[in-house]
Amino acid sequence: MTVALQNDDSRLIALLSGELDHHSVRMIREEIDTAISEQQPTSLALDFGEVTFMDSSGIGLILGRCKIMGGIGGTTAIWNPPPHIRRVMKLSGIERLAKIERSQNRKEDNK
Amino acid sequence: MKTENSIRFIFPGISVNEQTSRAIASAFLVQADPTIEELADIRTAVSEAVTNAIVHGYRNIEGDVEICLKVLADREIYIRIKDKGCGIADVEKAMQPLFTTAESEERAGLGFAVMQSFMDSVHVRSKPGAGTTVIMRKKLRGVPCRTS
Repeated sequence: MTVALQNDDSRLIALLSGELDHHSVRMIREEIDTAISEQQPTSLALDFGEVTFMDSSGIGLILGRCKIMGGIGGTTAIWNPPPHIRRVMKLSGIERLAKIERSQNRKEDNK
Repeated sequence: MKTENSIRFIFPGISVNEQTSRAIASAFLVQADPTIEELADIRTAVSEAVTNAIVHGYRNIEGDVEICLKVLADREIYIRIKDKGCGIADVEKAMQPLFTTAESEERAGLGFAVMQSFMDSVHVRSKPGAGTTVIMRKKLRGVPCRTS
């Protein structure tokens, strides 16, 4: 699991890639939180387009970032979750806290 | 019920093995021709149960996790995940969605809810101090993705 962070205006985009579980989430959580605290973005986008697996550890990740972004008056969005990951999200009701969107930022769109 | 094939493996309850256990389960179960979605369901359920064993069962102690996978007649998948960790005092409460004893670690309390949603049945046997065994079953109903 890796995360690439992009700063787009006042928006922080976290491009997640690989398998997201309890083990792998720890490293990327720290990276995202450091970027939030340095950049103080008004919105955070978590891009799941390249995530190949996610269990409920991913819900914990989103939930935690929603709290942090809420604390600095910002919002959190979920981008491009593949169908199976979307099912885990749906089950959790996380959509009430973070909007699910399809971004224009996909690799295939830039080809 | 007749067992067509089975595998049993034991590994230390450390978090890097969450991925290992999913990978082994996938590799073994491909022979039963699950659809991509069914395989994703099973991988997710296995991941939740193994994570529970590591995060909760072996919170303060070290120990092994044992997984037994079976392909039964009529394409039914049987999965048993067993730890010898601290056990659960109130299984019913532990299985309630959003109940967690590890909120500070951002555990969402959805492990059992995911297992129940993605598998046909989930049974939990546990006793404080005597570990936890989770037994899950799922019948494969989809049209196989392999043609052979």
